[in-house]
Amino acid sequence: MTTVVARPRLRVGIVKMASCDGCQLTLLDLEDELLALADRFEIVEFPEASSLRSAGPYDVLLVEGAVSTAEQAAEIVELRREAKLLVSIGACASYGGIQALRNWSDHDAVRASVYAHPEFIESLNAATAVSEHVKVDAELHGCPISPEQLREVLVSVAVGRRPQIREEAVCLDCKRRGTVCVMVARGLPCLGPVTQSGCGALCPSFGRGCYGCFGPREQANTTSLASMLADGGREDLDVSRLFAGFTGWAGPFRSIVAAYGGPPGVIAYAVPGAGDDHADD
Amino acid sequence: MQTTETSGPAGSGTTSSVPAGSGVDREYKVPYITRVEGEGSLRLTVRDGAVTEARLNIFEAPRYFERIIVGRTGDEVIDIVARICGICPIAYQMTAVHAFEDLYGVVVDPAVREVRRLLYCGEYIQSHALHVYLLHAPDYLGYPSALAMAVDHRAIVEQGLAIKKVGNQLIAALGGRPIHPVSVRVGGFSRVPKRSELDDIRRALDTAVEQSLATVRLVASWDPPRLEHAQPLVALRHPSEYPFNDGRIVSTDGLDLAPGAWGEAFEEHHLEGTNALHARLRDGRVYLLGPTARITLASGRLHPLAAEALAATGLADAIRTNIHRSIVARAVELLHACAEARDLIDGYRRPAEPRVAFTPRPGVAAWSTEAPRGLLHHRYEVDELGHVTKAQIVPPTSQNQGAIEADLAVFAPSILDLPQAEATHKLEMMIRAYDPCISCATHFLDLRIVETR
Repeated sequence: MTTVVARPRLRVGIVKMASCDGCQLTLLDLEDELLALADRFEIVEFPEASSLRSAGPYDVLLVEGAVSTAEQAAEIVELRREAKLLVSIGACASYGGIQALRNWSDHDAVRASVYAHPEFIESLNAATAVSEHVKVDAELHGCPISPEQLREVLVSVAVGRRPQIREEAVCLDCKRRGTVCVMVARGLPCLGPVTQSGCGALCPSFGRGCYGCFGPREQANTTSLASMLADGGREDLDVSRLFAGFTGWAGPFRSIVAAYGGPPGVIAYAVPGAGDDHADD
Repeated sequence: MQTTETSGPAGSGTTSSVPAGSGVDREYKVPYITRVEGEGSLRLTVRDGAVTEARLNIFEAPRYFERIIVGRTGDEVIDIVARICGICPIAYQMTAVHAFEDLYGVVVDPAVREVRRLLYCGEYIQSHALHVYLLHAPDYLGYPSALAMAVDHRAIVEQGLAIKKVGNQLIAALGGRPIHPVSVRVGGFSRVPKRSELDDIRRALDTAVEQSLATVRLVASWDPPRLEHAQPLVALRHPSEYPFNDGRIVSTDGLDLAPGAWGEAFEEHHLEGTNALHARLRDGRVYLLGPTARITLASGRLHPLAAEALAATGLADAIRTNIHRSIVARAVELLHACAEARDLIDGYRRPAEPRVAFTPRPGVAAWSTEAPRGLLHHRYEVDELGHVTKAQIVPPTSQNQGAIEADLAVFAPSILDLPQAEATHKLEMMIRAYDPCISCATHFLDLRIVETR
């Protein structure tokens, strides 16, 4: 048996902004490893699961959710100061997530359409990625994140190496699984060619086209895929609604949504990208 | 009249307390309620030792889902509304799919309906195991978290994780992944599993049934804080099934409505200072949803194993009047879900046609299902293209909020004279007993006690 020199456990925080809690739940879903992880990490801040609280400092801080209120914008700056390593987890924290679809619309009109008293409701004009507010050391993509990738990040931090996360298109996972291409064989629109892998090409294996949970892969040629889909006799709006999903605010997807008329249901949509502070970055 | 109100900045953790009857207003500052999903604050107004008002406010950043789904098709809505809650995405998917199919007149293969029930069982198993073992049990055993509890009670935590894992495996087998599964479509499923894909889960369910039965016995043996307060209860009731996907909306007051007709008896109000809309009965009364309501209103539909386990606890009446006993009701439902999942797999017939074609038509698509934390209602106005023009989503926690406040007002006097830390813990524990899902609506709770005289 190897003798392991006892090291102080790393202090981990898990916090959230605007989100569904699904990405932090992924940690609790590591049922077989959870208790072992607790031996290596001291979870000092995790309000979803623990009454113990700590305002920092953190060796690792996992941040879920989009920044969508003034309080959150201030809070993330404070949290960044306390975190040696800040990792955004999930599509909301990395790209603004599904709530970023409201960024296309007039903020006051959106508030008034949901709440009887919009004057009680405070939010920023746009829901945005954590990286648009503070420096982020690593991003885990996905809606939700992949448990394997979460485990890889935690393990790599624990042993002091760089996390190894493959960056390639969903298509390659389809090939590995032996899933027949749903676009070629069934004519289903699929974002697989432009989307980063991480889910294991789940949707095609379940008979659907990819809807882009993990966001655009490096150098994604979204323009080419969009025009191919549009030339396939589809209405323009169908192309925009395909890209206007859980990572629709990510640059390469957002530009397609803009070029094809904006997402469905926008209010007071005028010029693509107008009114948002983060266009073309 | 003199009023004092104090509230520390979030996270300050400071407290000051002066004994009652000293002639000085008491101040409590309780920064947070953890182990619920969402954020909010609680303000108790105390006059002459009586709690005259309990007000729970919600702080979660607004996410505007009801606007985001405008212009979307039924299938897109199913994917989007799942993201309201990472703990119970299936409840959102199921409510939406039934609503659209009801409007479009879609009749699915009965085997498809069984798969939907099986999927809902998976969500009940993972959500209830999460709440009972990881979020609520630490209150009863005196720990700040399940991880801290595991140091002394490793076997209990491991048992909870094992049950939870089976629920997640079941969801993943049917929908690809435990959180935000991808297979639910209007008209059926994009894919359904072969029987052989369920073999491992079927075997694991034998153990999960035994472990869930042990769970019922375990949580029934824990001593809860005392409370006697019966509230109006609302749940779905179905002629032959324990209510998940289907049934009529019934109450302890004799309400009986179609699952889409929620708006006939209930309405939402937007209260000042909150991001959530609160629901009330149209006559203004509050009501309670969730395991307590289902166990009480649909006990005759429990799986025989679950019914027997509930009877053996002798706590059916106590569940009705003391929300702290909801952990027993939740454990009984956990057993029900494991036992029913096992039966469904044993009777599994892979649908020949997992998805039937449909034609959208304009109108109102409305339905209610039973999320693990209570009745969830969706209502969509749909145009001739099948695109949503207006949406209303009524999550269980926004409906329970009034009942939580009413219970707190009854319960709080018993804790006002306790030491600060103990009083705080007891109120936190009580709020957790409702399993508030409040991503759609609460995370931390900031408790303020205001004394007027």
